[in-house]
Amino acid sequence: MAEVRYENASRIYPGTDIPAVESLNLDIPDGELLVLVGPSGSGKSTALRMLAGLEFVDEGSVYINSEDVTLTPPQDRDIAMVFQNYALYPNMTVQANMGFALKQQGVAKPERAERVQEAARILDLEPYLDRKPKNLSGGQRQRVAMGRAIVRRPQVFLMDEPLSNLDAKLRVQTRTELADLQARLGVTTVYVTHDQVEAMTMGHRVAVLKDGILQQVDRPRTLYSRPVNLFVAGFIGSPAMNLVEAEAGGPDGVRLGTLALPLDEQVAHELAAREPGTYTLGVRPEHLQLASEGIAGEVTVVEELGSESYVHVAVEHQGGSLLLVVRAEGETMTQRGDNVQVSCRGPVHVFASNGERIGA
Amino acid sequence: MEVGKKRAVSFLLGLLSWGVALVFFFPIFWMVLNGFKEEIDANTDPKLVFDPTFDRFDEVTSQTQGLLGFREAFMNSVWAVSISTILVLVLAVPAAYALAIRPVAKWRDVLFFFISTKFLPVVAAILPLWIIARELDLLNTRLVLIILYTAMNLPLAVWMLRSFFSEVPKELIEAAQIDGAKLRGQITSVILPIVAPGLAATALLCVIFAWNEFFLAVQLNPVDGSTIPIWVTSNVSTRGNFLAKLSAASTLATLPVVLAGWLAQKRMIRGLSMGAIK
Repeated sequence: MAEVRYENASRIYPGTDIPAVESLNLDIPDGELLVLVGPSGSGKSTALRMLAGLEFVDEGSVYINSEDVTLTPPQDRDIAMVFQNYALYPNMTVQANMGFALKQQGVAKPERAERVQEAARILDLEPYLDRKPKNLSGGQRQRVAMGRAIVRRPQVFLMDEPLSNLDAKLRVQTRTELADLQARLGVTTVYVTHDQVEAMTMGHRVAVLKDGILQQVDRPRTLYSRPVNLFVAGFIGSPAMNLVEAEAGGPDGVRLGTLALPLDEQVAHELAAREPGTYTLGVRPEHLQLASEGIAGEVTVVEELGSESYVHVAVEHQGGSLLLVVRAEGETMTQRGDNVQVSCRGPVHVFASNGERIGA
Repeated sequence: MEVGKKRAVSFLLGLLSWGVALVFFFPIFWMVLNGFKEEIDANTDPKLVFDPTFDRFDEVTSQTQGLLGFREAFMNSVWAVSISTILVLVLAVPAAYALAIRPVAKWRDVLFFFISTKFLPVVAAILPLWIIARELDLLNTRLVLIILYTAMNLPLAVWMLRSFFSEVPKELIEAAQIDGAKLRGQITSVILPIVAPGLAATALLCVIFAWNEFFLAVQLNPVDGSTIPIWVTSNVSTRGNFLAKLSAASTLATLPVVLAGWLAQKRMIRGLSMGAIK
């Protein structure tokens, strides 16, 4: 049972000027699964390793249970970590791998065996306890790495892209199992991934990082519906939000060519008070539809996913061509080369020229 | 056509490698064979067919030609080789850790320093070595050889172990840290088992070099503490060409190294860190 807190925590790698993580402030309540997500080089792994004690904290502090652990070595932090490549001890059996931490703590052999058994039962690893890691499949190795973490009953679980070495199907399955396991054990978990789908499906809250700076931390739904800036808007959601530069501001609302776009009341209110100028509009594909009237364009690609399809439509915009991704029902009749009309049915996000969202 | 050509090439290459291997192995084979012959057979026209006898081996092991017999020389060698090899490993493992896993400041310079100690030809250093050994009353002792063999093999062992240690996945050590293992636990439970093949290879080389070392032994320790290579030369006689006897002695001197190689090979062929990551 533990809370985790980053307080202005920075990490500057020796030989560089730009911090890998810059004054990170983050509160993670007890039992939460918090996902750190961002593109590569965003500092998400560094932030995790700072909490693990594997990375030096140059400025600020890290707390576990309101105890300052900034300078505590990893051995004494009572945390467990699952590595991207699992880092199983190749010379030890599954049983020894899972029991290694307990052995270091001086837990007696019978209790050790019992706790390893218990974890193995939870993870379906009982038949493999006497095998060496090299004789296991990728999925089994991943579960051993998980087992090694849960056997310890630590204060905090740290997971560094634990699913990225699994194939697509197994990844989706393991994702669910992992989220379920975390909920059952109720251990505070910090989970790093570059996959925003993983972040959205697993995280109680998701923290988006870019260039070492925390952009937004929120529940997945909020992150999706109210991204605080252009980066989060473009990063979260698959396929990505359509982002279009357009003239806006003042009382006239927002238009895309001939199409008037709907706005949230708050957004409309704030936008009306602003100077007219160039703004970036963000429209989710599901808020666009093929309709009998709207902005005209030509279909370039149709992505059929079965239950739904994404239609890429090239429309004319500010004298150039603009590609809009429109979500349509599955088995759409549309095909490449068709002339279609696109209309908008959902609220549009508006971002100022500095990338900040307009209308909180 | 293409397949036929490929086959012909691989056949020729195979033939060539057998040929080269035989050329290399033949002198050894002839030496072993000669050891089982009568002197007269060894010194006349080469024969492959003869009545094998163990008499030459008996002679070289039971009679004392030079200053000391086989048994003493063998025990001297065993002591000098085993103690120096153990010392080398005990000193090189922490050094390799400090150079590979948690590199000390200027580790490149340190590494270069180790190898630079091998720049000086031993011949150039032998006089000061001899004087130092004499002043310390170490001439003709096993101790002087143990010290020098340790010093001689240490730089090589540090270099070899450093590169083996560098291949230990960083995550494994981090995992051990997070699992609560202190430095000793990390080294003994995680690092050493993974580098075991490298450790075996290093130990083997140290054993070979120390076992075969002749120059230092003959200069500093030719009498009481003398080793197997010196014993072999003591079978070179001024009274004639005893080729069979010399062959028997050389064969005996070779056997322990072959045995050590065979033992080490069993460890070396095991994969370095199979299954550790991914």
